Amino acid sequence: MKGMTIIVKTISSWVKVLIFLFGIYIILFGHLTPGGGFAGGVILASCYVLLMLAFGREYVEKNLPLPVASKLDCLGAFLFALIAVLGLVFGGTFFLNFLYQKYLPGEALELVSAGTIPLSNIAIGLKVGASLFLVILVLSMFRPDMSGKKEE
Amino acid sequence: MSIPLPVFIAIPLVTAFVLPIFGKKGKDAATVLANLATISLLVLAVASIGQSGVYEIGKWSIPLGINLVLDGLSSLLLLAISVVASAAMLFSARYMEQYTAKAKYLSLFLLMVAGMNGVVLSGDIFNLFVFLEIASLASYALVGFGCEHEELEASFKYMVLGSIGSIFILFAVALVYGNTGSLNMAYIGKAIRDSGLNAGLSFAMALFVVGFGLKAALMPFHAWLPDAHPSAPAPISAMLSGILIKTLGIYALARVVFNVFGVSVSIGWLLVVLGLLSMVAGAFLAIGQGDFKRLLAYSSISQIGYVVLGIGLGGLILARAGNNISTEQLGWASLAILGGLFHLVNHAVYKSLLFLTSGSVQMSTGTRQLKQMGGLAEKLPFTRATCTLASASIVGIPPFSGFWSKLILVVAAVQAGFYWIAAIIVFVSLCTLIMYLKVQRYVFLGELPENLQQIKENRGSMLVAMVFLACLCALMGLLVLVPCLKQSILEPAVKVLTDGLEYSAIVMKM
Repeated sequence: MKGMTIIVKTISSWVKVLIFLFGIYIILFGHLTPGGGFAGGVILASCYVLLMLAFGREYVEKNLPLPVASKLDCLGAFLFALIAVLGLVFGGTFFLNFLYQKYLPGEALELVSAGTIPLSNIAIGLKVGASLFLVILVLSMFRPDMSGKKEE
Repeated sequence: MSIPLPVFIAIPLVTAFVLPIFGKKGKDAATVLANLATISLLVLAVASIGQSGVYEIGKWSIPLGINLVLDGLSSLLLLAISVVASAAMLFSARYMEQYTAKAKYLSLFLLMVAGMNGVVLSGDIFNLFVFLEIASLASYALVGFGCEHEELEASFKYMVLGSIGSIFILFAVALVYGNTGSLNMAYIGKAIRDSGLNAGLSFAMALFVVGFGLKAALMPFHAWLPDAHPSAPAPISAMLSGILIKTLGIYALARVVFNVFGVSVSIGWLLVVLGLLSMVAGAFLAIGQGDFKRLLAYSSISQIGYVVLGIGLGGLILARAGNNISTEQLGWASLAILGGLFHLVNHAVYKSLLFLTSGSVQMSTGTRQLKQMGGLAEKLPFTRATCTLASASIVGIPPFSGFWSKLILVVAAVQAGFYWIAAIIVFVSLCTLIMYLKVQRYVFLGELPENLQQIKENRGSMLVAMVFLACLCALMGLLVLVPCLKQSILEPAVKVLTDGLEYSAIVMKM
């Protein structure tokens, strides 16, 4: 697991920034353009998958250790639930878009608009990115258990 | 309405995502927090009795938005879920010290509770499916929590069969949406009442019966249960057998069949036959088992049969009478459904207690094989006492809860003229007696083996959880004997089912 050839390594180290930035763009503009938290999160995770393929698993694990990714994962889900509960606290209804209704109406088609929807997108992006990264990392760690057993 | 309904889902969900932050060092704090969450749910569930209402999430009115509906049946199930969850969580506080990654376990446990509360409260058939998947996925992970070969195999089998069940349900939801143009259960019910069932909807109904039947482990769909339930850690077995199969299977089936599609004679017969098949076959298979938890798991299949039989019998009587139903027939149907639902609650309590005692025995002796135990009565006095009480209850010895629900079922069957069903109920009760006498004989009586001379009982939180459930077992009979308890807890739930398709009108008025 020392990664691929120098060509792949060089190119992926150039491309990784663009992919990551694109993922962030998709998340932040989720309420204006196609895409959103889920799609952007998948792109963020795929950036790490590219690094994992090019440089090997150890390199990625040094960059984003498993416990940190696990905490980010929980943080994303927690933020999303928190936004829902804040709707109950500030607006009186669970999941109410209280920012849009009360504090921050914003113009349609601007970046700062639509109240809590962009915030929810960020939370979902965090959650999806971290958990998809974890799924692929964990899948790449395990080997099938061949010890002492013939193929069944 | 005083309680905002989403708190039933939000409390366990938010707590579940906070817990993993504690990690290994904050294990005790995580345990306390998780217990606080389940106990607060119990308090809220008790407070929600007698209330009813619709909650529109994010102030989007139905049928555009998602709504939560609280009625008699939902609050009965909420109460059962929170009782079993609090006891199992308390039990886990000590029992799960044997395993690593306790915080992850607690987190998954709370996710499962959130999913079940969501299933019970959802007024929307697609969200019912989503919550059902949340609860199922958490339970797949929890069954394989020990990560031994056997546990992973059971978990995989459970996951495959559970996913097949979910696919059936998802197909049915899609068919329903295509044929009625709505996902809200009240609006689907209204569309079906106005224009009747067409071929697509009838097929959806068949898919629902198979999907929910798989989740409830009814007889032809039961293959996963005897592997999955014994392999899980004991508190999770208690949750799965005690409440998960009822919430995901029976509750959802009853809600869809009675309130959304409306009962017909053929569906009524189908439920009665499935119920009888599960009762008889589950009991026969249980008697032959040599593994403590496996015996309990087969017994769950048999007991689930009683619940489905009661509900199906009520539906059959209602459907036969049609629109011009006499008060007498309505009385029989109500009695049968009351018996079924009361048995559901009873079984939730005593089967979870039995699984907890099996966990206590397993933790002390290190084995689940009945033949390797014996004479544990003096070594584990409290476990023995609670286990005997739960056994007496499940068998149906008079003062305890199981007797009353079986009695109601027998009376309802006799009144409606189904003498042979009454005979089968009594016969299966006898088989249940045989299997629990076997448990008592092999585990608690007889000779104490050499290698078990030094064992000790685990006290502390495990004991509190078992005694709590044992007290409930002894007192649950009051739910039907005391009129005001019966009127506030069980009868509203029965009324929801006997109202049938009126459900949509009731929900739209709330």
